[in-house]
Amino acid sequence: MKKKVLSALLVTAMVASMLVGCGDKAASGKATDGGKVLNVYCWNDEFQRRVKDHYPDYQEVDATTGKIGDVTVKWNITADQDNAYQNNLDAALLKQKDAAADDKIDIFLIEADYALKYVDTDYALSVKDLGITDENLANQYQYTKDIVTDSKGVLKGVSWQGCPGVLIYNRDIAKDVFGTDDPAEVQKKVADWDTFKATAAELQAKGYYAMSSVNDSYRVYSNNVSTKWVVDNKIVIDENLMKWVEDSKAMVDAGQTNTYELWGDDWSKGFYPEGKVFCYFGPAWFVDFSMAADKDGSIANAGGWAATEGPQGFFWGGTWVCAASGTDNAALVKDIMLKLTTDEAIMTDIVKADNDFVNNKPAMNAMAADTSYSSKVLGGQNPLAMYCAGAEKIDLSNLSKYDQACNEEFQHAMKNYFDGNATLDQALDLFYKAVEEKHPELSH
Amino acid sequence: MKTAENHTINKGLNIHARRAIAYIVLVLVSFLCLFWFYVLFINATRSHGELTRGFTPIPSTHFGDNWESLMTGTLPVWNGLINSLIVAGFSALLCTYFSTMTAYAIHAYDFKLKKFMFTFILAVMTIPTQVTALGFVQLVSNMKLEDTFVPLIVPAIAAPVTFFYMKQYMESALPLSLVETARIDGSGEFHTFNAIVLPLMKPAIAVQAIFTFVQSWNNYFTPALILHEDKVKTLPILIAQLRSADWLKFDMGQVYMMIAFSIFPVILVYLFLSKFIVQGVALGSVKG
Amino acid sequence: MKSAKPKRGKVVSYNKWGYIFLIPFVVVYLVFQLIPMVTTIYNSFFENYRSGLIQVGPTFIGLDNFIKIFSNADIWIYAKNTLIMWVLGFVPQIIVSLLLGSWFSNPSLRLKGQRFFKTVIYLPNLIMASAFAMLFFTLFSDGGPINSILIQMGILDTPFSFLSNVWSTRILVAFMNFIMWFGNTTILLMAGMMGIDTALFEAAEVDGATSTQVFFKITLPLLRPILVYVMITSLIGGLQMFDVPQILTNGTGDPVRSSMTLIMYLNKHLYSKNFGMAGALSVILFIITGALSLLVYNFSNKKEK
Repeated sequence: MKKKVLSALLVTAMVASMLVGCGDKAASGKATDGGKVLNVYCWNDEFQRRVKDHYPDYQEVDATTGKIGDVTVKWNITADQDNAYQNNLDAALLKQKDAAADDKIDIFLIEADYALKYVDTDYALSVKDLGITDENLANQYQYTKDIVTDSKGVLKGVSWQGCPGVLIYNRDIAKDVFGTDDPAEVQKKVADWDTFKATAAELQAKGYYAMSSVNDSYRVYSNNVSTKWVVDNKIVIDENLMKWVEDSKAMVDAGQTNTYELWGDDWSKGFYPEGKVFCYFGPAWFVDFSMAADKDGSIANAGGWAATEGPQGFFWGGTWVCAASGTDNAALVKDIMLKLTTDEAIMTDIVKADNDFVNNKPAMNAMAADTSYSSKVLGGQNPLAMYCAGAEKIDLSNLSKYDQACNEEFQHAMKNYFDGNATLDQALDLFYKAVEEKHPELSH
Repeated sequence: MKTAENHTINKGLNIHARRAIAYIVLVLVSFLCLFWFYVLFINATRSHGELTRGFTPIPSTHFGDNWESLMTGTLPVWNGLINSLIVAGFSALLCTYFSTMTAYAIHAYDFKLKKFMFTFILAVMTIPTQVTALGFVQLVSNMKLEDTFVPLIVPAIAAPVTFFYMKQYMESALPLSLVETARIDGSGEFHTFNAIVLPLMKPAIAVQAIFTFVQSWNNYFTPALILHEDKVKTLPILIAQLRSADWLKFDMGQVYMMIAFSIFPVILVYLFLSKFIVQGVALGSVKG
Repeated sequence: MKSAKPKRGKVVSYNKWGYIFLIPFVVVYLVFQLIPMVTTIYNSFFENYRSGLIQVGPTFIGLDNFIKIFSNADIWIYAKNTLIMWVLGFVPQIIVSLLLGSWFSNPSLRLKGQRFFKTVIYLPNLIMASAFAMLFFTLFSDGGPINSILIQMGILDTPFSFLSNVWSTRILVAFMNFIMWFGNTTILLMAGMMGIDTALFEAAEVDGATSTQVFFKITLPLLRPILVYVMITSLIGGLQMFDVPQILTNGTGDPVRSSMTLIMYLNKHLYSKNFGMAGALSVILFIITGALSLLVYNFSNKKEK
């Protein structure tokens, strides 16, 4: 017992000294200008496409390189599965101080799920240090700033998008089952979870799946929790998540949905009419980026989707742009940040070209009222007012830096329960085990 | 005597039946070996939309499209192919040359530690490389060799399994009298090894070179721990990335094309060399 | 004795070359295997991990890592999984290989197209395991070609989720290992069979032995060394099973970690930079491997007597 206390003390002392050490080190790695290579770390090509299409001077060289003036832009893309992106980024950031100028990370992207992990360190540069002022950012939605503000109140990143989520349903199925595809009418069928469950049975009777996978509704539950995933290094499972488990298990057992992993091929079958999937849950980027709109024969391609609020409000994802301490292209980073996240004209372009929900209130309000704007994927609907209302309501007080691992492993582990391979208790044990393997400092 | 006659009669009757069974089983296992690659080929020619509509046994027309989207995608496939070739090629080269040398040392010379070394090498043969992976990764990181091929190639020099095979082969194929003769002719030891021993060992070297090449080519565990940067990644790592989120935006045509890209070149090369490879494998072990 | 003496002296003068030729092996072994092994063992006594950007340790904690590993049955479950999948693959592999090998090497059967068949069955051995696993993952997914074919043939009504079922996942892994290795084993065994003196077979034939008798009384005993070799290498390979289940299950070993192998578990710790636990696990794996190899070795030796 004594030994344990002692070693715990030792560890704490060491961690504390390490933290102090890190602070000193990173603080000296300030930002400079004149670098020849802009290294961008990201997990997919979404931001790359935004830069390519909307940053004025960007020239594409090949899939993972580009040029802005005489600066070479290198895209280092690591898909973030099993924390791969973060592990790669961590390793690179830890070496940042000793890296050659051309290898230093200049920009890295982060998601809400693990934003705090980076924001609360000195590896991310304060946007003020780059010369971006509060006035520059005045038109951004507050929640997008809250996520990337560290414990001392310093803003460490910016985003060009907002991610309020909606329920996206298949118009043909709505017509077939409810006799209408009008969003207001369909909303009545999915107004809360009990109604949603009743509707699922109705859909099933006609041979349709309510959702592609139980994981589709996961975010809707997990964004409406009342505790953080981790409190005092203990893993806490919120009641609302247990409600997700309960509701999902019932739907899987009834055959109203499946247990596919998100982003898998089976899960994406519902993007095509053959998948017979009634709805997906997602924000604006999901509609544009993920629903196979560019593929012949997909529902999105034919404009066969429509959006409505769904049972509960939620948000999903969002990408924040951070400048790395030690960047040697500070001015360029600043310019990219300003142009892509604050320039109203460019942001309006992004809405028009990519149907993204941009992080600019005037632009969004104007577009929401603009009757000439409509989303092709959503069959001519203008969903922006819905997004705008959602964006104001987003509450992020229950984020923790362990969200990525917890959300991912919770879905993995529960799949075993849904599939009937494990009891609920076994599945919960699997979940704790998997998270504690990734973060040994946690317990339950 | 009577039973013996019966047996011979039975055997005579049985031979056709046995041959038929043999053919049936052979066709069956051949089917099990080839079927997957046939499906792969078919699916690599079909577009995502067609793939979602279920399997058809007839190829479609989208081979070019899938190829195009793989080439313009974010996976550095050509780099991966070249990196894999470099790593596997050099591993095979170093492994066979030095394993033969090690085997020769034990086989041809009499020295104090000979017995000990032989037992030692046999003992370490059973240690899986993964067990020392942790220390290996730390060592590589301390030597600043991360993201290089050195830690993937050089360790091939110490390959106990290959050594063991070479040693076995030498026992039957390398009469020491040949070495003696060379010595009498004034050949130096190193020269003898290169000029006389190596050529005699050619069949065994070929077999082991292929084994080592394939092993290294297929290796996923170690490279995944050492190589993080896109430009040095080998094919297996790129393949594993297919399994992660963002599925190349759900274009299964492209996914199949990527798998085909890493499988079919090997099959092609193999078909050209198959006679040599299969005979080589067999030949090696007859003598071994 | 007298005549041997000068010769012996001559040999001695060359013997230093034995050492010289051993240098590359020894040096590389020391650097890339022995040092890592020592540091691995050393690490196992420390708490040393990275959680995100925060490094914890290294702090000496004695045997705590080992205690933690053995405080639950996980490691035995993963060992069991590994062995189950190995046996499921190895048993059919050795049976089929013996069968094919004896057919190929039997001149009285006069099989045609031998070269073709040998080429085909050896082919999967050359295929990248990760690509093969990826291929199987796509082929056996709910909406994949296999389900599609089975439904078209009327065998199934709804897709069967191969990878959501404990035994179908394990069998898929074992099956892939079987397909990848039986050709190689066949060729090895066949070569061994052809190496058997044909006079023995002729003698047996004269004595009126059936082909079954010949197989069990002559071929099999004479093949023992090669069989032992095949078995040991396959067992060692089996314990290292990683690529196929890792990629097939995306590293989760699901369902319920029933296809999680020992190395996959080790990889989890290595991957999340938990060097202490990974070290302890490596040491345990090392001991398990050693014990199993000894067991097989002794067992096969005993049988020979």
